[in-house]
Amino acid sequence: MALAIKVNGTMQSVDVDNDAPLLWVLRDALGLAGTKFGCGVAQCGACTVFVDGKPMRSCTLPISALGTREVTTIEGVSGREAEAVQQAWIARDVPQCGYCQSGQVMSAVALLKQVKKPSDRDIDLAMNGNVCRCATYVRIRAAIHDAARALEG
Amino acid sequence: MTTHDVALSRRAMLKGAAGLVIGLYLPEKARAQSGAAHAFRRAAGGADFAPNAFIRIGADDTVTVLIKHIEFGQGPFTGLATLVAEELDADWSKVRAEHAPSNTDFYKNLAFGVQGTGGSTAIANSYDQMRKAGATARAMLVAAAAQSWGVPAREITVERGVLRHTGTGREGRFGQFAEAAARQPAPADPPLKDPSVFRLIGRDDGSVRKLDSAAKSNGTAQFTIDMREPGMLTVVVAHPPRFGARVASFDASAARAIQGVVDVKQVPTGVAVYANGTWPAIKGREQLRISWDESAAEKRSSDQLIEEYRALARRPGRIAGAHGDAITTLARAERIIEAEYVFPYLAHAPMEPLDGFLRWDGQRAHARFGSQLQTLDHQTIATVLGLKPEQVELETMLAGGSFGRRAQQTSHLAAELAEVAKAIDPGRPVKLVWTREDDIRGGYYRPLIVHRMRGGLRDGKIVAWTDTVVSQSILKGSPFEAVMAKGGIDATSVEGAKEIPYDIADFRCDLHTTDVGVPVLWWRSVGHTHTGYAVECFVDELLQATGQDPVAGRLAMMGKAPREAGVLRAVAELAQWSGPGPVNGRARGVAVVKSFDSYVAQIAEVSAGDDGPRVHKVWCAVDCGVPVNPDVIRAQMEGGIGFGVGAALYGEVALDEGRPVPANFDTYRVLRIHEMPQVEVHVVNSSEKPTGVGEPGVPPIGPAVANAMARIGLGRPRRLPLVRAVA
Repeated sequence: MALAIKVNGTMQSVDVDNDAPLLWVLRDALGLAGTKFGCGVAQCGACTVFVDGKPMRSCTLPISALGTREVTTIEGVSGREAEAVQQAWIARDVPQCGYCQSGQVMSAVALLKQVKKPSDRDIDLAMNGNVCRCATYVRIRAAIHDAARALEG
Repeated sequence: MTTHDVALSRRAMLKGAAGLVIGLYLPEKARAQSGAAHAFRRAAGGADFAPNAFIRIGADDTVTVLIKHIEFGQGPFTGLATLVAEELDADWSKVRAEHAPSNTDFYKNLAFGVQGTGGSTAIANSYDQMRKAGATARAMLVAAAAQSWGVPAREITVERGVLRHTGTGREGRFGQFAEAAARQPAPADPPLKDPSVFRLIGRDDGSVRKLDSAAKSNGTAQFTIDMREPGMLTVVVAHPPRFGARVASFDASAARAIQGVVDVKQVPTGVAVYANGTWPAIKGREQLRISWDESAAEKRSSDQLIEEYRALARRPGRIAGAHGDAITTLARAERIIEAEYVFPYLAHAPMEPLDGFLRWDGQRAHARFGSQLQTLDHQTIATVLGLKPEQVELETMLAGGSFGRRAQQTSHLAAELAEVAKAIDPGRPVKLVWTREDDIRGGYYRPLIVHRMRGGLRDGKIVAWTDTVVSQSILKGSPFEAVMAKGGIDATSVEGAKEIPYDIADFRCDLHTTDVGVPVLWWRSVGHTHTGYAVECFVDELLQATGQDPVAGRLAMMGKAPREAGVLRAVAELAQWSGPGPVNGRARGVAVVKSFDSYVAQIAEVSAGDDGPRVHKVWCAVDCGVPVNPDVIRAQMEGGIGFGVGAALYGEVALDEGRPVPANFDTYRVLRIHEMPQVEVHVVNSSEKPTGVGEPGVPPIGPAVANAMARIGLGRPRRLPLVRAVA
């Protein structure tokens, strides 16, 4: 069925099944491939997007449940926090294989929008749904602290 | 695979893999008509100057380095490009990296004889080759400038992509001379720099950043799963629930009724569902009704296999390594300590499950995926599609991790990809996608293994050591078997156990190779995943039994192992070692493992947490010869430690009557950020030939954690994962 959804600020018409998860609508119907498939059961966070500004796992969100809420993906994420996080990610050379990093970046941006100066505990709570099999966690943590400092200044 | 074993036997390797390789080894004259010429044209890519198969320099000064090794996180894009840029005296900000095409002639791994990545060999086998490629290009650029300026070539200097002649004050950028350089003859043996004048290799001031970080931080890096083409079908395959089962019959009517499902076909590995998109393919597969013929399937449970392995371990196996007379000395020892270590099957679980893209028209095929053994995959695709290798083009894609999973000696993914393409009409591009369940339940695991160790003590010393290993062979039936499995001993089963760094007069390691219908594969650090644990836990237990300090006791036996001793001393200094503790509830455990010719020692600080050991901090010292990029080395140690901690604490694919029990990250537990220890890494300065770092960070962490656990009343776990042992 045809649906109208708002992604990265633009209304898009998609012809998909009601039960199609947002992840596959983004990737296969809209070609927004930065959001990744890792598990399909909301266990790894590779598919993290913002729905009305809140981080959500797009792999278990049926498109029919989206309604009029607005979706932001790694391709459309912007603002001070996004810039600070992505700059910190590059400066620390966080990514290894890089596959999970779209989701990591989205979760980190969401955290910094909520908590200006996150503690290690805040980072654990915000980021422990995002698996990185390369275990870049040491640098993810450091880069979030870097980004928080950059946003202070 | 083990670097040194392979390197020593390169000729034998070529012989062993002759059927796969010869077709691609073409005499010079034949190249013009071959895939090699095509590959070279691709390598040149329309650039103004392509002095060899590894470098393109454009008029815009961009230096593109073609990387023969797959990039899935271990850093070959940056590392190999650094080697070229060093000798070229390039401006690092102008350097780019991309995957080289599949072509064994140009891009073989010099340690393997085939194109492929593994055994932490990327830097080691490329060190001289990439530097020579850079030096050649530099000499040709200099010759072009000398001709243009009418000055002697020896008076021209090169710095950060700029050629200068001081006498005349002339200067020019690489791009300006690219076209002229292309007309210069390539020098046969250009001189390489003395390491004392390196400007990029070994630099650790943050100026040699990785080349792929930006694209991997903003979602633009393209992986195989991101492939999308008009008319492309997404394919998922229903695999059997038990290994070795086959399709008896199936009913696809409900699957075909799913909107978006285009076709359903039986393929050798199962039943393939073709759809316009991933979701209908997955939904369609759920609607398949398949009856499996399980008559030849493996039906044993893990517990049953462990009991069989333990029984085997009571008997001596084939000798893999021995000196002195361990049996006699054991019999005469004052005290004998025994330990049995049990290791589960492990899945690699790379973040991007296996996938592949293939387009063919009946005459030519173009495949794109994260191929780790290109020569084998290329040949496999050609064979399945009934094409000649030169009719197949294989492009290596960035891959979301591997940890060994994509280095398939059987090329099973390439075969399945070609089979699903072949099963429908040519002309429809296909993208084969494995889900996470396919990945975790799909086999090709790190084998299940048992080690039975016995140590003899006399006069407060370790005088005898035996280790009986029971494992499936990873190499059996593969093209690598002829080289790496000699005399019935698969080198990957006993690497790290058949010789140990400790001076023990009477020593024996033997092996039982089992026959189980579960496909197995190398898993990041291969044999060292278990031999590192068995050897380092057992030596620690023997040292404790004789009242010796874990560090000093090891060092006292390392007279013939100077580089192991070097990293052990370095890590003890880094951690300010003063014994294992515990202090304030935290104990420290140590382990040192040489793997893939790199030496790594680690100290783990551990306390008893609510659901098992909590690893707070890990100190790590690594000696990998010349450190080409110290920050990449640190990153690999950090990542290797995290990967190893996760596996040691939680990793297990249990089999229930042959069926894998876990299916996804909810049941196959992996390390998360709150469980990641702090890591401090010291990179030993060395002028030895560089060796790899992708795997060697993994082996010491499990035993270091276990050895700390022993000091806080949690015991040195004999069966992994560790959290099972505590629970």
